[in-house]
Amino acid sequence: MVASVSDIPMVVADRVSKSFGSNEVLKSISLEVKRGEVMCLVGPSGSGKSTFLRCINHLEVVSAGRLSVDGELIGYREVNDKLYEMRPKEAARQRRDIGMVFQRFNLFPHMTALQNVMEAPIRVKGLSRAGVETNARALLARVGLAERADYYPAHLSGGQQQRVAIARALAMEPKLMLFDEPTSALDPELVGEVLDVMQGLARDGMTMIVVTHEMGFAREVADSLVFMDGGVVVESGIPTEVLANPQHNRTRAFLSKVL
Amino acid sequence: MTNTTATGVKTEPGIKAIRLRHPWRNTFAVVLLLIVALFVADAAMRPAYDWPAVGKYLFDQRISQAAFITLQLTVYSMVIAIILGVTLAIMRLSPNAVVNSIAWVYLWIFRGTPVYVQLAFWGLIGTIYQTIDIGLPFTEPWVSFPTRVALSAFILAIVGLALNEAAYMAEIVRAGLLSVDNGQEEAATALGMSWFQTMVRIVVPQSMRVIIPPAGNEVISMLKTTSLVTAIPFTLELYTRSRDIAAVTFDTVPMLIVASIWYLFFTSILMVGQYFLEKRFARGIGDRRPDKKTDDATASITGAATSFPYVVGSGQPTVVPPPIASADPPTDPPKGDR
Repeated sequence: MVASVSDIPMVVADRVSKSFGSNEVLKSISLEVKRGEVMCLVGPSGSGKSTFLRCINHLEVVSAGRLSVDGELIGYREVNDKLYEMRPKEAARQRRDIGMVFQRFNLFPHMTALQNVMEAPIRVKGLSRAGVETNARALLARVGLAERADYYPAHLSGGQQQRVAIARALAMEPKLMLFDEPTSALDPELVGEVLDVMQGLARDGMTMIVVTHEMGFAREVADSLVFMDGGVVVESGIPTEVLANPQHNRTRAFLSKVL
Repeated sequence: MTNTTATGVKTEPGIKAIRLRHPWRNTFAVVLLLIVALFVADAAMRPAYDWPAVGKYLFDQRISQAAFITLQLTVYSMVIAIILGVTLAIMRLSPNAVVNSIAWVYLWIFRGTPVYVQLAFWGLIGTIYQTIDIGLPFTEPWVSFPTRVALSAFILAIVGLALNEAAYMAEIVRAGLLSVDNGQEEAATALGMSWFQTMVRIVVPQSMRVIIPPAGNEVISMLKTTSLVTAIPFTLELYTRSRDIAAVTFDTVPMLIVASIWYLFFTSILMVGQYFLEKRFARGIGDRRPDKKTDDATASITGAATSFPYVVGSGQPTVVPPPIASADPPTDPPKGDR
């Protein structure tokens, strides 16, 4: 029997490793993210959490192990136990369903907020402009920026830019959202507005993997917390438990610095 | 001394100071103006310039036609050079080593030899390859025609100029593409855009800002380089034409002035065009806010500051998160974004 769709975890990482030359950044990472789950990845810088996130949408190519999203192997086709590298077109099709938000926003500076949000649905999905614009305006309203639709990124604050970036990713109607330190480049007083939007997404049932240093967010919003260090998963569990009662010395040492 | 305004805030009166004077600047300007005036007055009287002849030939039909041909040479060869240059630049950035090497060799040859020599070679192409054959190697060609008939001097001039210029454009375009932040390509890729879409929609438009100033320089330079097509030989463009007229009439200096005036005229037009192009591609970077009166950046920052009130450090959540903005768009303005 085929398992019903909701039984397949959204993300399955099975002994995923990644090396840059001789530098092994990820060492046999195995984890699962269920549908509608919000997972926070925490750990010191250089622990490999951003690299792992980038592997999920094939911005980085994994060196070993299997990584699948929604039951589909990322970056490769498997035929008779042999892996075949995907054509760029197929990899692009997989990325359409995976939204990504970057630390440095990476908005397109030559387009207005509205144009940023409309670009991918028009170019990638080939949808009609009118429908896309209605949807894009609704998304900008959803992140609280309806009035700033015609502003260029340079004229928006960091928090506003990051919210546009979230709306841009949502415009592709992804089934999974990846956040790579979304608030790390923001002034402290702008962090809240971005976390608010992310919490709203979590409530609406979006599956999210969030690399962050915001332990408050991890505790309140995340369903699971994964602590990484030196390219391995040191500890994982329910956020409140891991934060209150870390089992490993490395986790304890890290949390004592950030909390 | 202080004034008190209606709101009770004390403000200092504006500074009234004697402005710094620049006597040497003014002196230098006056001296310079005098020298220029003397030169102009002298030039106006000097018979060698023969101003009446300049006036007579400036709008001579042969000259204006030659000027038009110069313009055609510039535009056609530049269009080809830009298309080829963009292609070569992308080839140079390609991870494919074969494609990369082809571009490198092209640049090595066309940048490494003088354009005058290249043009002379193009002029001899009809001598080197007397016929152009279409067909399979080692078999009787299907079609064969003489090179000199197929490729006129005008076409050879365009080809010669374009192929040389493409090598320079390639480097300018490559510098422009490299100037665009890596994150841009990454963001586009993550959205599922193809490499080609990413280039055309995201990377190239942003690189234009870097490419246009030196490319404008190249267009102006090309306008003047067209005078070298005499090497082919092609003789109908502005400089060669005016020189040929001077050879008959002995009005050498006036004809040089006539040609210079036309070159200056075209260059000026190109400079205006460049100004508007630069403005166009500075969108989102150099321009102002679309709506100045809604500009309250500070308001947008303050409202949102404390809307995520988690207490950090204790084991238990102490504050229930407030209802969030995204759940209910109509009642949304709390962030102060107006």
